[in-house]
Amino acid sequence: MDWHQLWTIVSLPDNIPIVGMLFIIPFFTWYGLRQAFANDRLAERLEGDKAMARTHHRKAEPFQKGWTREVAVWPYLLRMEFLAAIIVTFILMVWSITLDAPLEEPANPSLTMNPSKAPWYFLGLQEMLVYFDPWIAGVVMPTLIIIGLIVIPYIDENPLGNGYYTYRQRRFAIWTFIFGFIILWCSMIVIGTLIRGPGWMWFWPGMTWDHNRLIFEINRDLHEIVGITSQPWIGIFGGLVVGGFMTVAGYLCHRIITATEFSRKILDRMTLLQYAILQGLLIVMLALPVKIAARLLFRIKYVWVTPWFNV
Amino acid sequence: MADTQGADAKTKAAQPASNGNGTRKLLGVTVDPTEIKRKAEMDLKAIQEPTKTDVYKSIFRVRHDQTSRSRTLGVLSNVFLHLHPARVNRDAVRYSFTWGMGGISFYLFWVLTWTGVLLMFYYHPTKVQAFRDILYLEHDVPFGKLLRNMHRWAAHAMVLTVQLHMFRVFLTGSYKKPRQFNWSVGVILLVLTLLLSFTGYLLPDDQLGFWAVTVGTNMARATPILGHEGPFGPQLGMTPFNDVRFALLGGSIVDANALLRAYIWHCIAIPGFAATFMIVHFWRVRKDGGISGPSRIMLESEIKKPRVGR
Repeated sequence: MDWHQLWTIVSLPDNIPIVGMLFIIPFFTWYGLRQAFANDRLAERLEGDKAMARTHHRKAEPFQKGWTREVAVWPYLLRMEFLAAIIVTFILMVWSITLDAPLEEPANPSLTMNPSKAPWYFLGLQEMLVYFDPWIAGVVMPTLIIIGLIVIPYIDENPLGNGYYTYRQRRFAIWTFIFGFIILWCSMIVIGTLIRGPGWMWFWPGMTWDHNRLIFEINRDLHEIVGITSQPWIGIFGGLVVGGFMTVAGYLCHRIITATEFSRKILDRMTLLQYAILQGLLIVMLALPVKIAARLLFRIKYVWVTPWFNV
Repeated sequence: MADTQGADAKTKAAQPASNGNGTRKLLGVTVDPTEIKRKAEMDLKAIQEPTKTDVYKSIFRVRHDQTSRSRTLGVLSNVFLHLHPARVNRDAVRYSFTWGMGGISFYLFWVLTWTGVLLMFYYHPTKVQAFRDILYLEHDVPFGKLLRNMHRWAAHAMVLTVQLHMFRVFLTGSYKKPRQFNWSVGVILLVLTLLLSFTGYLLPDDQLGFWAVTVGTNMARATPILGHEGPFGPQLGMTPFNDVRFALLGGSIVDANALLRAYIWHCIAIPGFAATFMIVHFWRVRKDGGISGPSRIMLESEIKKPRVGR
């Protein structure tokens, strides 16, 4: 266990946001879900008692007779904003006085940095370069992430949970977002920052960054493992494998989308186009962990090799 | 000037100027010491109650007392505060609901604008000077190091708070009807935040920024159709000298033109886009009925059938 190496990585000023993220993201996940569960308990009680549902305050936040439902922005909101601004300024001041922004040697195109890392928020994309060619990891995936995020409100036909925390009323949506945001995006940033070392090799926390480390790892294409050697068949085989994956993933996603009676009710409200977009995005999202597993566990480089592109 | 001059002032002014009690002539001007003393007292009184002076009223326009009317006008008649509604849902001011991340992101953008403008005074986006300017900032400019540190850490913090804001908005389902479009605007703001941070990375012109941008823009080579190493790129005539990467860098390598382009994107173009989208974002928050909640819990049994032809 090389504590010094661990400290070198963790104490790098530019890595402070990631170390902070390790605590902040779980905290806010808990903070939000705690309120979601409180609202779920209330919803369950009201669902079982129709008379109560008509008269009850319908919020988990406390409310007493005689209280107004609204408060004046001046001072009740403005003082919160002012306080937040002061606290943020204070944190920034302390942070800026104690830690210096990094400055390396002057730019030198003939001296490659090793490891040469993108800014921390793009490390998830850089980590994806291990598993996919640059045109997928660097162009197609980011585009799909942006498009996927933009269309969320237009494909989510669940009318429940509008303006309050809930888990039970939006199970599928919340799991999908947590999968995409925390399990894929955040954890790949953490891997890219804390795990990847020289040569973008995998160093467990506490392993010394050995710049001379060599890993004899033969990554093979799927068609080589199967034993197909000539081109038209390689392309056709790869296409079939990718098509097969999409069929299986689509089937699994459909099973999840229609898992409960409630989710089937929501599916009824969706148009065919909404369903197709949802499926397409889910399949692409699932392709990432599948390819990661194929690469890390079975050392497969490409599953689909054609003269024009490789997947 | 003072609003306190009341009836008492008028009666005194009505008195004859010289009635023998100490009035003196000084260089041909009649001087009445009691009159001067009275006026001085009036000014002192005005200082003790500044909110009653005309100067104060001309600036703030409304009284700031505890009445509901004053509180409402205090928000509505102030250009900086008028984006707020006059009153909000009583639970919406709870930190537990909003996490305050949207507001903090905006505040950080503001901090970044100011520190950024100050940094621009000391920075030349040229290969010869850029790196030296950073050294100059760090070692010679008063508080230069603090300025640069604050700009960088505020940028990191903003990337984090923008993501947390998105996470909160998702968890509360606030993107649902009628706020769908504002979520999309928010996603664009997220992308602009990342791009702002990324374009700033190159500006110190050090190894860190140079290689980060080299790695980043190398991916643009592989853009399908538009990149010279991307699928179908070469077939469509893409070379290192006419593809999308060339457009981003202003050349085929990360050099002086790339530095200038990053500088202009970072300091002018993207902040301009971001500010524009922010205006839309905040405007739509108000037009879509303020922040979403905490709203009444809706029950499964209350779902209505969707209208046909959405």
